[in-house]
Amino acid sequence: MKILVCISNVPDTTTKIRFKDDNTAFDTTGVQWIINPWDELALTRAIELKETSGEAIEKITVVSVGPKTAEPTIRKALAIGADDAIRIDAEPKDAYFVAAQLAVVAKDYDIVLNGIEACDYNGSAVGGMLSEFLEYPSVSAVSKLEIENGEIKVSREIDGGTEVLTTQLPFVAIVQKGIAKEPRIPSMRGIMMARKKPLNIVEAVEAEVLTEFESFELPPAKAACKMVDAENVKELVDLLHNEAKVI
Amino acid sequence: MNFEFTEEQLMIRKAAKDYAERELIQDVLERDAKAEYPTRHVKNLAELGFMGMLVDHKYDGGGMDAVSYVLAMEEISKIDSSLGVIISVNNSLVCYGIEKYGTEEQKEKYLKPLARGEKIGAFLLSEPEAGSDATSQKTTAKDKGDHYIINGVKNWITSANTASTYVVAAQTYPEKRHHGINVFIVDRNSQGISLGPHEDKMGMRSSDTHSVMFTDVKVPKENRIGDDGFGFTFAMKTLEAGRIGIAAQAVGIAAGALDRAIQYSKERKAFGKVLAKHQAIAFKISDMAVKVENARNLCLKAAWLKDQGKPFGLASAMAKQYAADIAMEVTTEAVQIFGGYGYVKEYHVERLMREAKLTQIYEGTSEIQKIVISRALLKD
Ligand SMILES: Cc1cc2nc3c(=O)[nH]c(=O)nc-3n(C[C@H](O)[C@H](O)[C@H](O)COP(=O)(O)OP(=O)(O)OC[C@H]3O[C@@H](n4cnc5c(N)ncnc54)[C@H](O)[C@@H]3O)c2cc1C
Ligand SMILES: Cc1cc2nc3c(=O)[nH]c(=O)nc-3n(C[C@H](O)[C@H](O)[C@H](O)COP(=O)(O)OP(=O)(O)OC[C@H]3O[C@@H](n4cnc5c(N)ncnc54)[C@H](O)[C@@H]3O)c2cc1C
Repeated sequence: MKILVCISNVPDTTTKIRFKDDNTAFDTTGVQWIINPWDELALTRAIELKETSGEAIEKITVVSVGPKTAEPTIRKALAIGADDAIRIDAEPKDAYFVAAQLAVVAKDYDIVLNGIEACDYNGSAVGGMLSEFLEYPSVSAVSKLEIENGEIKVSREIDGGTEVLTTQLPFVAIVQKGIAKEPRIPSMRGIMMARKKPLNIVEAVEAEVLTEFESFELPPAKAACKMVDAENVKELVDLLHNEAKVI
Repeated sequence: MNFEFTEEQLMIRKAAKDYAERELIQDVLERDAKAEYPTRHVKNLAELGFMGMLVDHKYDGGGMDAVSYVLAMEEISKIDSSLGVIISVNNSLVCYGIEKYGTEEQKEKYLKPLARGEKIGAFLLSEPEAGSDATSQKTTAKDKGDHYIINGVKNWITSANTASTYVVAAQTYPEKRHHGINVFIVDRNSQGISLGPHEDKMGMRSSDTHSVMFTDVKVPKENRIGDDGFGFTFAMKTLEAGRIGIAAQAVGIAAGALDRAIQYSKERKAFGKVLAKHQAIAFKISDMAVKVENARNLCLKAAWLKDQGKPFGLASAMAKQYAADIAMEVTTEAVQIFGGYGYVKEYHVERLMREAKLTQIYEGTSEIQKIVISRALLKD
């Protein structure tokens, strides 16, 4: 069995977000890039499965659609424990474009892991589109992934409970919280090995870009906290009703 | 001149930071209060490769450079410098000494398990009456042909209880003074070794510190490191390297206090505005930051010299003295910025202040560093 983990190179989650070009583009100056947190958890789970499933899993590959500047993030994934990596050499222009690129390499894998969303543009679109391109079954919001006697068992959170499914291979899992406890910290050995592992660069295929950003807007600044005297219930109700408009 | 870190160095810093912020922070206060050894963390950090990160791959180490080591040590010590000293003694005193001056047989037998972190090492130089003046060793090692017999007391030994491998200094030829000192690799389980009680320390309480008594301890001749009488040079050379680790630890303690002070001064209000808006506090932050940055740069310079194979003794003494002294200043100011909250354990800065004090004392006090530095500058 071979596992492919799709990783998106995203701004560190503590980044101060700014826009440029008349609010039509994200200003990347000074931004630190990381593996999208869901993707890092997906990779961690893949490694755990490889470690515990004996010979069942032959290899784990990570793939990312992005320019050369995404390579440090890809090497971090190799340091954490992926066996090899693929970079599809293109600016990730939109979810459809990205999914079309991923589909080309994903064909060779049995389990394709995607994060539930990338924490840059939060599209939650690539995983679903990719499974359509591949014509593979897909399970979304996966919070547990296990292999028992060669059979795949996935759990997903649904309203008020958990759904447990089995699935045939190959398939696409779109993973979320719970898939692994914490992202794995790379070891010294892993870090030193990262440059020695294969990182294959693949030309992008022609694919349409279906969306275009009109403009971005920052959310309104958080209003200051208002203190209401504990005695003054009427004022509190009034504020909640007329100002916060929540009751 | 290039101030950029490599991708690997950044990854190591991040790995250390992630471990510290995710794991060490959880029980650091409790271990400090109970003076409890961090068994679980030592095991985890060994698995990640930190216990032997400076040792060559050939001997099962991480094969990392000193710059990476400084970055890792800072991140770990920001949160918990007890782990900092445990890692530092193992890497830069014990492993470094054996790797640089040991025989192939010694490396095979002792260095490899230490580098893998399966075993922990301790460095036994100080004695009740030989601290700063390490030349006046009272512990003796009598030459008995194919072995030595060691008698005496070592004091303040970090990891004395957890370590399996001791590197011990002792006097073979008292008449030759420091030229008569030898250093030996001693198995902790050897007959005749006993430990004093755990020292109840002011800070770094989660590291274990004991005195160690030697009564007719037999050590095979092949366990001596270097030529007969090489011991004192060995100790001075390894301490030169060790000081980079302690300097980085001091930078971490200071930087940890600075981070906390910055955060607190943006939240705490006095006289209708946050502390950060009071210029007296803002200027304190500025002074602290300049000191931390200076100390960090001295440390990195010493590490870089070591990585280049250039002499680094003067640089490491400067880094150690300055970083330790500013760690004390910066942590004291951090407590001041926290006011009453700084004086209680929950906010960490009082602990950092207690920890900072030790960096001015061990591996050569600040006064001893000044002797080393001034001698190097004033010699003809
Ligand atoms: C430099 C840059 C420029 C961009 N310019 C544009 C633009 O002009 N117009 C526009 O519409 N969008 C642009 N984007 C955003 C880009 O479209 C998104 O990265 C892409 O659409 C994926 O959508 P998402 O981020 O919402 O991913 P989601 O659908 O939320 O991602 C879900 C999962 O899909 C996988 N995935 C996502 N992206 C990748 C990837 N690149 N490689 C491998 N796996 C991936 C991951 O597993 C991820 O967890 C740009 C992004 C970058 C980094
Ligand atoms: C927690 C802890 C852990 C330690 N771990 C280890 C370890 O693992 N291995 C090990 O071998 N040792 C260890 N030490 C010992 C440490 O290195 C010594 O404490 C240190 O070298 C100082 O020696 P001393 O305590 O005997 O002080 P002294 O040498 O008695 O010094 C007392 C004071 O006099 C000053 N002084 C001494 N000589 C001079 C001089 N010539 N000029 C000016 N001032 C001078 C000193 O700077 C100091 O302020 C540890 C100590 C502590 C507290």
